[in-house]
Amino acid sequence: MTFASFLLQLGNGLSSASALFLVAAGLTLIFGVTRIVNFAHGSLYMLGAYLAYAAGAWLASAGLGGISFWLGVLAAALAVGVIGALIEVLLLKRLYAAPELLQLTATFAVVLIVRDATLAAFGAEDLLGPRAPGLAGTVTIAGHAIPEYDLFLIVVGPVVLVALTFLVTRTRFGVLIRAASENRALTAALGIDEAKLFTAVFALGAFLAGLAGALQLPREPANLGMDLATVADAFVVTVVGGLGSIPGAFLAAVIIGMTKAMCIALGSQEILGISIAFPKITLVAEFAVMAIVLAVRPHGLLGTPPGAPVTTPLPEQRELVPAPGRREALVAGLVLAALLALPAVGAEYTAVLVTDILVAALFAASLQFLLGSGGMTSFGHAAYFGVGAYAAALAFKAGAPMAVAFALAPVGAFVAALLFGWFCVRLAGVYLAMLTLAFAQIVWSIVFQWDAVTGGSNGLVGIWPPEILAERKHFYLFTLAVVTLGLALLARIARSPFGFALRGVRDSPLRAGALGIDVRATQWRGFVIAGTFAGLAGGVYAFSKGSLSPEVLAIPRSVDALVMVLLGGLNALFGPLVGAAAFTWLADVLPRLTEYWRALLGALIVALVLVFPGGIGGLVARLTRRAA
Amino acid sequence: MSVLRFAALAFALAVLPAGAQTIKLGELNSYKVFPSFLEPYKNGMTLALDEINAAGGVLGRKLEIVIRDDNGTPGDAVRVAEELLSREKVTMLMGTFASNVGLAVADLARQRKVPFLASEPLTDKIVWDNGNKYTYRLRASTFMQTAMLVPEAAKLGKKRWVIIYPNYEYGQSATAAFKKQLNAMQSGGLEFIEIAVPLGKIDPGPVVQAALDAKPDAIFSSLFGPDLARFVREGQLRGLFKDRVVFNLLGGEPEYLDPLKDEAPVGWYVTGYPWDSIATPEHKKFKDAYMARFNDYPRLGSVVGYSAVVAAAAAIRKAGSTDPEKIVAALSGLSFTSPFGPVTFRPIDHQSTMGAYVGRTAVKDGKGTMVDWKYADGKDYQPEDSVVRSMRPPER
Amino acid sequence: MSGALPTAGVLDVRHLAKAFGGIRAVDDVTFAVGAGELVALIGPNGAGKSTCFNLVNGQLAPDSGEVRFEGKRIDGLAAHAVARRGVGRTFQVAATFASMTVRENVALALLAHARRSGNPVALASAVPRAATSVILERVGCAPLAEAHCATLAYGDAKRVELALAIAADPRLLLMDEPTAGMAPRSRAELMQVARDLAVQSRIAVLFTEHDMDVVFGFADRVIVLDHGRIIAQGTPDAVRADPLVQAVYLGETA
Repeated sequence: MTFASFLLQLGNGLSSASALFLVAAGLTLIFGVTRIVNFAHGSLYMLGAYLAYAAGAWLASAGLGGISFWLGVLAAALAVGVIGALIEVLLLKRLYAAPELLQLTATFAVVLIVRDATLAAFGAEDLLGPRAPGLAGTVTIAGHAIPEYDLFLIVVGPVVLVALTFLVTRTRFGVLIRAASENRALTAALGIDEAKLFTAVFALGAFLAGLAGALQLPREPANLGMDLATVADAFVVTVVGGLGSIPGAFLAAVIIGMTKAMCIALGSQEILGISIAFPKITLVAEFAVMAIVLAVRPHGLLGTPPGAPVTTPLPEQRELVPAPGRREALVAGLVLAALLALPAVGAEYTAVLVTDILVAALFAASLQFLLGSGGMTSFGHAAYFGVGAYAAALAFKAGAPMAVAFALAPVGAFVAALLFGWFCVRLAGVYLAMLTLAFAQIVWSIVFQWDAVTGGSNGLVGIWPPEILAERKHFYLFTLAVVTLGLALLARIARSPFGFALRGVRDSPLRAGALGIDVRATQWRGFVIAGTFAGLAGGVYAFSKGSLSPEVLAIPRSVDALVMVLLGGLNALFGPLVGAAAFTWLADVLPRLTEYWRALLGALIVALVLVFPGGIGGLVARLTRRAA
Repeated sequence: MSVLRFAALAFALAVLPAGAQTIKLGELNSYKVFPSFLEPYKNGMTLALDEINAAGGVLGRKLEIVIRDDNGTPGDAVRVAEELLSREKVTMLMGTFASNVGLAVADLARQRKVPFLASEPLTDKIVWDNGNKYTYRLRASTFMQTAMLVPEAAKLGKKRWVIIYPNYEYGQSATAAFKKQLNAMQSGGLEFIEIAVPLGKIDPGPVVQAALDAKPDAIFSSLFGPDLARFVREGQLRGLFKDRVVFNLLGGEPEYLDPLKDEAPVGWYVTGYPWDSIATPEHKKFKDAYMARFNDYPRLGSVVGYSAVVAAAAAIRKAGSTDPEKIVAALSGLSFTSPFGPVTFRPIDHQSTMGAYVGRTAVKDGKGTMVDWKYADGKDYQPEDSVVRSMRPPER
Repeated sequence: MSGALPTAGVLDVRHLAKAFGGIRAVDDVTFAVGAGELVALIGPNGAGKSTCFNLVNGQLAPDSGEVRFEGKRIDGLAAHAVARRGVGRTFQVAATFASMTVRENVALALLAHARRSGNPVALASAVPRAATSVILERVGCAPLAEAHCATLAYGDAKRVELALAIAADPRLLLMDEPTAGMAPRSRAELMQVARDLAVQSRIAVLFTEHDMDVVFGFADRVIVLDHGRIIAQGTPDAVRADPLVQAVYLGETA
């Protein structure tokens, strides 16, 4: 690599950074003011690209020529802004009083709906937009052809940064944004119409996402994978920069863009006798950067730690958890009896489906323990599920009998949770959640790349239980036994002195510390327990499917578990079971009803979230209490 | 419902005892994850199904396809496969797209002792390292398609290659197969510079720049989909392809070539499907029927979906029964006619001989297409039988 | 009760200093609190009493100087380590476990004191009711035992917090603005409870307080800070009479 090409790669990194910044800026703005973790941000980005394609094509057909592309970009960004406002007004606005994480579930539902709506409206084929008129060519620098559009993007990022900074620091709207970001109580005290402010900010954030998507069109065809490919990156940039910090997001985008460009530029290098293929690292570069940054700066590069330590728990955690009484024991007994009777009365497939539900329930319960009792949000809980599954599968493939291999599932997850938990419990809130995600992605990439051991992207096959459990209904009973035991143990731990200490730490770390409870050690142990039970679920999963691939520890599995927990109710005793049953059953049934089952699933989740903000399990609990 | 309709329905139900008469194929695929390939695939299946049933079905019974979405994950695929088997009582399984899903379902087929026709997954492992008695694969594998391009590459005698590939099994296998085969055909002095990119997330600027910096004589890429489109556009802008030979596996498939429109690369060596210029009677018949039925031209997915159903029907017909073991036995050495011509499932490794078209890309009437193509019959691009035997586990 | 300074107390603070960006928030502060004694730390806003208090309880690490509890250094220790040595505390904004009942709160405090709060096997509900009731009675909260903390009136939450602080049998109790946000009558009640505890159980109590009626009504000694330095300490009467104190502090509020 010559010095000139090194500089050119820096330039490439910068133009990628600009694109990243544009999409992350809206996200950080929205989070800063509304505290909404907007999973649908990638979907808004994707909509921007599709709408810019459609608007540009329509305007061009109307004879507007070269300007049609640029007008299309603007129109698309504005339209996405309006869509964002609609999402906020029609959906999120109704959820501000609800548990914070429920909004996340709602935005997840929006992702499903937008994906299918886009497919219905624009079709399955990728849509390559025109090159940007006026910037379609290249400039020759030092003998290298540089696309003009890349140079344009390098400029756009800083321009948007300056514009947003001006907006935030110099305008009345900006004062309100800052007031709302820094002190929510203050906003109310100042007599600011919070409702309008939130709508405006959400619309602005959506506008930026739409703009980012639209501006991407000359570089990437509009396609249905853009949403998920983007949203994780946008979150990483936002968190690395410090939540709510727009300059931070810019800095983070530059660091990540540069890191990736340099990884590709370095190629394969011999270092200390070991050959390292740097381009392969791009698979996980942003997550590695995030893990390092968060380990050193728990609030991101330019983020500020939250003002006063929180002494009162968040509203969703104030939900009272009644001790399981006779009524709950009765319900549990009835459910167990019904499940035991299932193989005798149900069809074979019912056993298969309920096996999946039970595994999901145990996985969700372990997350509920972390989230509900521990107050620690995880976006990467699948890591422990997956590590457990892989530990069992690898031992089994190495010749261990199933009993031994299966026992290694929780052990493997325990070790992983012990290691990662130590880092994670040093953080709080969304930062903690994102660090769990970073570790999960790092584990995922190792499993994905380590062909010789894990089978790489293909994974492992042939993990079938021995003869006695091979029969579906027999395996179902085995699953029922393990899951019942797991759920009972988790419920028991939640009522133990340790469970109380964990909840105490969540309610008030100050008070817990003042009583002599080691806050971090308690959280760490809670994290490890949650991870271990997730691994147990992973072990059952491996033998129930007969095969494994890195998808078991990928982001969607973590998100699914989160949705199950929230659908079931964060603090409802039977929440994980109810949430897992509802989610898995719907995902099984809906695809048989309609081609657009994802949208239907999304719509149902929206309905559930709006009608039962305490989760379905919470509703059940309320009904039984009322009946009592 | 009108009385008349009700009567008709009642009659139909009386004559055809519900489902008992139909033979069901259980098709599972990642429809929502890879829609650009699988929507045409679904159309292809529909066309084949209609033709077969119009001609009287199979074994005197109507053929039915029960379609399930596997969500692109092996876990869900295994669940819906179980559902197809135990609830829908399908005669055989077919479908799947991604390699990991294909392998998972193949292993389930072995466990449950049911025939599985893997229509689309390209991984070599599904017939070799992880091959099993119950699994057959329709499409030309990564190895075969690479082997179709290598002779062209060897002829050119280029020494310094940049290899760009999506960083997962397909790209890795293609890269390994290309290097190995080219080394075998072209003696010495070969240099390979590899650039792996995350699937669906290529950063085209740095990748093209790194490729330029490597100053290669030629390029071998296994990119497809949005990654390919981004690579093509960026590479053209920066002059990467100027005076340079480029090979791109799958690059001539309409699914990936058509979105590029008039920016489709010119002169690249690709495998693909020149639907507009294949004049064999089998293909003409297929194409005409397809266009009449769907008012759209066929994509490669259409051919694969169509052929998979035709193959499945042929296997059941040959078995003369819906007994799984008999169908599995029938699949071995089964020959049928696909839109690409005659195809046989090799008894040695259960790979079909369905080939691919090898040619060069061109732009015609503002659209990408393939020229100077020839049909590479899959039977000619296989390793030695002894090699195949050594890779495949003992029959199980 | 004498006005003389105890030479060695339960709590000994020596030459404590802490600066924030060049501003000396606490500057060479030395004082002690003996067993059974209630000492008030007062001063105008910005005098450094919060910083001083946080240095003593371990929330902040001092730049120099030391904090000793029963002769051993506690500065720089984590909050839970300080607590385990026998230091209880209450917070300016009452910190209780909102998702639990009052009794569960106390049970957890007892479990933590017995070093059993890490046990994942036993049941938390196994803590004898009598044990929790005794403590609740001491602060007058027995009737609230089964109420959830999230639903308590603020004054009650403050009393529950005091119950939690004393459940661990502390030998030093630190109270940060114990009566802030309470009605005047409840203030006196709460302070009376604290005072009785101090006397009966020989607990050393250090508290900060804004309300001068509370300070002069309940403190045995008063320490006055201004600009980070101690400008006076002694009996309430002596401090009240101190002209310097009157000039910088009492004069403003009186």
